[in-house]
Amino acid sequence: MKIIVCIKQVPNTNEVRLNQETGTLMREGVPSIINPDDLAGIEAALLIKDNVGAHVSVMTMGPPQADIALREALAMGCDEAYLISDRAFAGADTWATSSTLAGAAKLLGFDLIITGRQAIDGDTAQVGPQMAEHLRIPVISYAEEINATRDNITVKRQYEDRYQRIQANYPLLITALSELNEPRYMSVGGVVNAYEKEIRTLTYEDLKAYVSQENIGLKGSPTRVKKSFTKQPKGKGELHQVSDDESVSIIIQKLKEHHIL
Amino acid sequence: MDFNLSKRHLLMRDLCTKFAGAEVKPLAAEVDEQERFPHETVEKLARYGLLGIPIPVEYSGAGADNLAYAMAVEEISKVCATTGVIVSAHTSLCAAPVFENGTEAQKEKYLRKLAMGEWLGAFGLTEAGAGTDAAGQQTTAVLDGDNYILNGTKLFITNADAAHVYIIIAMTDKMKGTRGCSAFIVEKDFAGFSVGKKEKKMGIRGSATCELIMRDCIVPKENLLGKEGQGFKIAMQTLDGGRIGIAAQALGVAQGAIDITVNYVKERVQFGKRISQFQNTQFELADMQTTVDAARLLTYRAAFFKDRSEPYANYAAMAKLFASEAASDITRRCLQLHGGYGYTREYAIERMMRDAKITEIYEGTSEVQKMVIASHMKVN
Repeated sequence: MKIIVCIKQVPNTNEVRLNQETGTLMREGVPSIINPDDLAGIEAALLIKDNVGAHVSVMTMGPPQADIALREALAMGCDEAYLISDRAFAGADTWATSSTLAGAAKLLGFDLIITGRQAIDGDTAQVGPQMAEHLRIPVISYAEEINATRDNITVKRQYEDRYQRIQANYPLLITALSELNEPRYMSVGGVVNAYEKEIRTLTYEDLKAYVSQENIGLKGSPTRVKKSFTKQPKGKGELHQVSDDESVSIIIQKLKEHHIL
Repeated sequence: MDFNLSKRHLLMRDLCTKFAGAEVKPLAAEVDEQERFPHETVEKLARYGLLGIPIPVEYSGAGADNLAYAMAVEEISKVCATTGVIVSAHTSLCAAPVFENGTEAQKEKYLRKLAMGEWLGAFGLTEAGAGTDAAGQQTTAVLDGDNYILNGTKLFITNADAAHVYIIIAMTDKMKGTRGCSAFIVEKDFAGFSVGKKEKKMGIRGSATCELIMRDCIVPKENLLGKEGQGFKIAMQTLDGGRIGIAAQALGVAQGAIDITVNYVKERVQFGKRISQFQNTQFELADMQTTVDAARLLTYRAAFFKDRSEPYANYAAMAKLFASEAASDITRRCLQLHGGYGYTREYAIERMMRDAKITEIYEGTSEVQKMVIASHMKVN
């Protein structure tokens, strides 16, 4: 079985700076981590590898600095890593990103693609499902539990108020929740190997047979950021240390004051 | 000359920091308080390759180097010195001598299990009458057919009642003094071998420090490590390597103490100010961090030369001397910055100050390190 895991390197803190002109993120100088949902995706793939056997490729689209995220994935036990990086891909929104990643997936071939549900910097949750659309394969989002066999896969899908248990055949795409599992650490031997392996960079030249130029980079991105601004902090809250009954009446009074009740 | 760590070493440190923070730190106070050996942590250390860091992949190790090993012991010791010495004693004092002196058969049988962490290792040199004067060995080994028969008692043995295999130094020929010492690989289950009384210690209280008792202990002659008469040399070389581990442990304790103290002084308010705003606090911490950086450079230098298979005993002795004395001094000063709270067991600095002291004593006291350094300087 061939699994592709898509990961994103995201800023570790909330101190994200924005390019005011383009409204895109300025990543330099901000400590980076693998997006938590994506880390769960890596673990899910490695568990399938441990249990039924699989070849796990990890890929990310980003600047050359994203290399470290791929090394970490290799050090956890992924078999190979691809960095999708080209000036032509820069400034991509979710549409252009998913088009590009889908192109790379076609190039590499797969039975299963796992992405994280959403990235903590953008929170769109669009790239995974869009990739599935581009590839015309089924998608099961919000996976909280995965049971894979060589023939099919069963996923417990989380909704706000219920679960679905879905069985599907390969190929398909799953988006993983961070609650899905407890990702393993890198291992010492894994770190040694991670730097013995070559990370292949895929450029537009490599992918042009699989993705149209109209669908990549800033130009291929229909999303327009009109304005980026810092949210005004809320006013200071009131703190009442009172009994349960009193606190209920205070809340009700407040809700009435604000015409909510 | 380049002071930058390689990307591989940075990633290695990242792994150790994450592991130590999530798996080791939460148990540190508990294993100290209960004087309990953290068996569950040892299993996890094994799973992630942390018990065979500098052992080559061909012997089931992780295939990393001694610098990576020192960094791992440092990161772990930042949060728990007990766990730091479990890794250090196992790796430097048991796996390393088997790797460096063992026959292929010994490596196949013992090194693989040690490097994978399936078996934990320990080292028995010290005796009641043979501490710093390690040459005063009373334990004897007499060849009897296909076996050596060992008799004697070893003292203060780290990992003792958790280990499966031990490197034991014993006299095969008392007439020859240190040239009459030999080293043996002894399994826990060998007839006549037992673990004796467990010490009640001031620090590293989760580490199992016990006596090893050999009464007509039967050791197959193929378990002789090196040749007869090489035991003292093997022991001294083993301790040279061990000193990198203990220097790294001391370095970790000292850096860990500074790290928690920096957090503390930024929160603690006295005289209407955070105490981090007082110049005394700033100067103390600046001074301590400079010392710890010097200790780190000494420790990494020793590991670097060991990795290049160049003489490093002198560097290891300097690193161990400087880092261990720094750890004792810095934990004491960090506790002072904590004030009365630091003296309570609510705060980790109290444990760290107790843990630091042993690094000046085991695997050669500070005085022994000075003897090693002076002899390299040809001052005699």
